Amino acid sequence: MCFLLLTAFAITRAHDLLATVMLLSIYSLLCASFFVVMDAVDVAFTEAAVGAVVSTLLLLSTLSLTGRFEKPQREKPLFGLIIVLTTGALLIYGTLQMPPFGSAAAPIHQHVGSYYINQSYAETGIVNLVTSVLASYRGYDTFGELVVIFTAGVGVLALLSSQKSYPIAPIDKTILPAPMKQHHILRVVSKMLIPLILLFALYVQFHGHTGPGGGFQAGVIFASAIVLYTMIFGLQAALDVISVAWLKLFSAFGVLIYSSVGLLSLLSGENFLDYSVLAQAPIEAQHLGTLAVEMGIGITVASTIMLIFFSFSGQMHSIGEAQ
Amino acid sequence: MNIWDSFNYWVVMILMMNGLYILISQGNFIKKIIGLTVFQTAVFIFFISMAKITGATAPILKQATEQGSTLYSNPLPHVLILTAIVVSISTMALALALVIRIKQAYGTIEEEEIQHKDQP
Repeated sequence: MCFLLLTAFAITRAHDLLATVMLLSIYSLLCASFFVVMDAVDVAFTEAAVGAVVSTLLLLSTLSLTGRFEKPQREKPLFGLIIVLTTGALLIYGTLQMPPFGSAAAPIHQHVGSYYINQSYAETGIVNLVTSVLASYRGYDTFGELVVIFTAGVGVLALLSSQKSYPIAPIDKTILPAPMKQHHILRVVSKMLIPLILLFALYVQFHGHTGPGGGFQAGVIFASAIVLYTMIFGLQAALDVISVAWLKLFSAFGVLIYSSVGLLSLLSGENFLDYSVLAQAPIEAQHLGTLAVEMGIGITVASTIMLIFFSFSGQMHSIGEAQ
Repeated sequence: MNIWDSFNYWVVMILMMNGLYILISQGNFIKKIIGLTVFQTAVFIFFISMAKITGATAPILKQATEQGSTLYSNPLPHVLILTAIVVSISTMALALALVIRIKQAYGTIEEEEIQHKDQP
């Protein structure tokens, strides 16, 4: 916890944006370890993959386009400080009324939480409670989140993939992306690692029932393997493997899988996303439904993140060629 | 009242206010996005802290027969935060894409300079 605080203060102080991004990565990793301590293994998994890896990469690619240093502030915004301190004091006053940390009698544990813990194995046959709640009980929510991710991917494409050329501001040439082919150690190690990462992603995808994991984590891990490949061997080599057109298709395909599971149950006379129509035995049906839904999540998340990364590095490429 | 009862929540509030301060005070857009991320992560920590029960274990059932005998942390906040993290990365990507376009259009990503340029 104290490390978290230290890192956050360092982020506030630092003026070198590159250092800030690195600190943010450390902060995410600390958060992930904190989540493990707090029993939230699935969340820790996601935070480590998303916060420490993908967001750092995206921030770094943006930095290489916008410049590394920020302008020094002219005056200290005292007004902002006052607002922040007041809000903070009020919020801390609010926590005085909170139930003590770790108490089993807190109101949050009195409602559906205990129902999930006691009943969900009998109803869904899934050992990992997070997966069963995510994909079965709260399938509507997850569907919404998936559509949000898809929409964000579409938005990034709409913003960055336009063919018009803009007058390009001078940028720091030293951090332009170059394929790191000349680093032999990196190349050999990444060649060995990438198949393992892909395999691990598939393991995480299909073992979401029995252990920590699921579509979101698997998608991010899968995408990070491809991103590693892009960084080492260059954008062109990665685009030869997976073209942007296929990625666009796949990211829509994942949403399609999810929604068609819902529509299938709707057409069979049940509620939207009611898995009981998929098979005779209810537990088997739940398994099938969850698997299909997680598959859809995995495909959409992986291809959307790859798509976002490719459009960012495509920007860098076009600027690099223009210079 | 034990001081450790609310310690986690206080740390969360401090982290949150730290993010908010970055968001208000910094003029650089990337720094603002980083501040927003710190704020978001503080909210994640808040939810996960609420889900924790002392002495409980991760919400993955051990044996089908042993159900009920062990204490599990609340899985519901975990689910909410799991999806929130992935949504946060997509919104961040969208924000960064906007920053890149602002850089292309204005040549700068400092808030003051952009306001200066917008004024006739």
